[in-house]
Amino acid sequence: MRLMALFTLLLSSLVVASTEVVEFSDESLRPRFQQLVEELRCPKCQNQNLADSNSPISQDLRREIQRMLEQQMTDQQIKDYLKSRYSEFILYRPEVNKSTWLLWGSPAVILLLGLLIAMRHNRQKPLATASNSASAADQQRLAALLDDEVNQQ
Amino acid sequence: MNRLALFVPLALFIGLSLVLLLGLDKDPTELPSALVGEPFPAFNLPSLEDEQSTFTEKDLKGDVLLVNVWATWCFACRIEHPMLNELSQQGVKIVGLNYKDQRVSAKAWLVERGNPYQFNIFDAQGSLGIDLGVYGAPETYLVDAEGIIRHRRVGVVDERVWNAEFRALYEQLTGAKQ
Repeated sequence: MRLMALFTLLLSSLVVASTEVVEFSDESLRPRFQQLVEELRCPKCQNQNLADSNSPISQDLRREIQRMLEQQMTDQQIKDYLKSRYSEFILYRPEVNKSTWLLWGSPAVILLLGLLIAMRHNRQKPLATASNSASAADQQRLAALLDDEVNQQ
Repeated sequence: MNRLALFVPLALFIGLSLVLLLGLDKDPTELPSALVGEPFPAFNLPSLEDEQSTFTEKDLKGDVLLVNVWATWCFACRIEHPMLNELSQQGVKIVGLNYKDQRVSAKAWLVERGNPYQFNIFDAQGSLGIDLGVYGAPETYLVDAEGIIRHRRVGVVDERVWNAEFRALYEQLTGAKQ
């Protein structure tokens, strides 16, 4: 029971630690803030987004994003602002450009390739079965052999 | 079926292995810098030494210099500091950007460990840090006489890094000026 109480205490402190109060003058900004901090990457702790990270730089950038939202900047303007400072690395969803077209295009290319292979494979199938089927003489031999087998038993 | 076609999967495998092998040498924590080739961002911040006076980006023009982002809470800065002292003795001009730090402890640090800096910009809020895209101290920027950032190093500048990344470019920039 005491252990249980201790555990609950620990749990509640965790909850307090992870919530950061963000105040907005206009509540409609909150979903946009949430969307942005989830889509932007923490430059220091590379496998976390700004929403998940507790590093000082993420705290600063969250504050900065909040400030920009309050200044009526659009999402694109905010992303451009951060991109010009932290490079494209900060975008978890990279933009389509010269260096990323392969990344964006490869799923479609691979899908097309797969479809092509599947189509060719299907077309070859009847041919393959035809060549594998035995001739009439072979069929007779096979039947005779099978008969022998059955008779011996 | 064409026998050569049987080797296609093997070729693909070897190709992919080579790409991954090359990737092993890359440091994933090193971000491409968005600021190399760009002018040093505008700022207006107080001096660390003298609260009354302020610096702007214009104070960085006129000379080839290093801008070093440091803080007393930054452990790697302790390791880097002797190298900065040495560079400063060799005549390299270094400007400090004291990043999200306490004025008192930063001043004490410079008394204790020596002061390699021409002057120190005091960025308590980290606002210039955000404009520079700083994501960890120490960071070092090579800025030319026109105030254009020519190189950026995230992490400690030691003898090896100086020789490999900075020296040639620094000598080229200072040599061209004379």
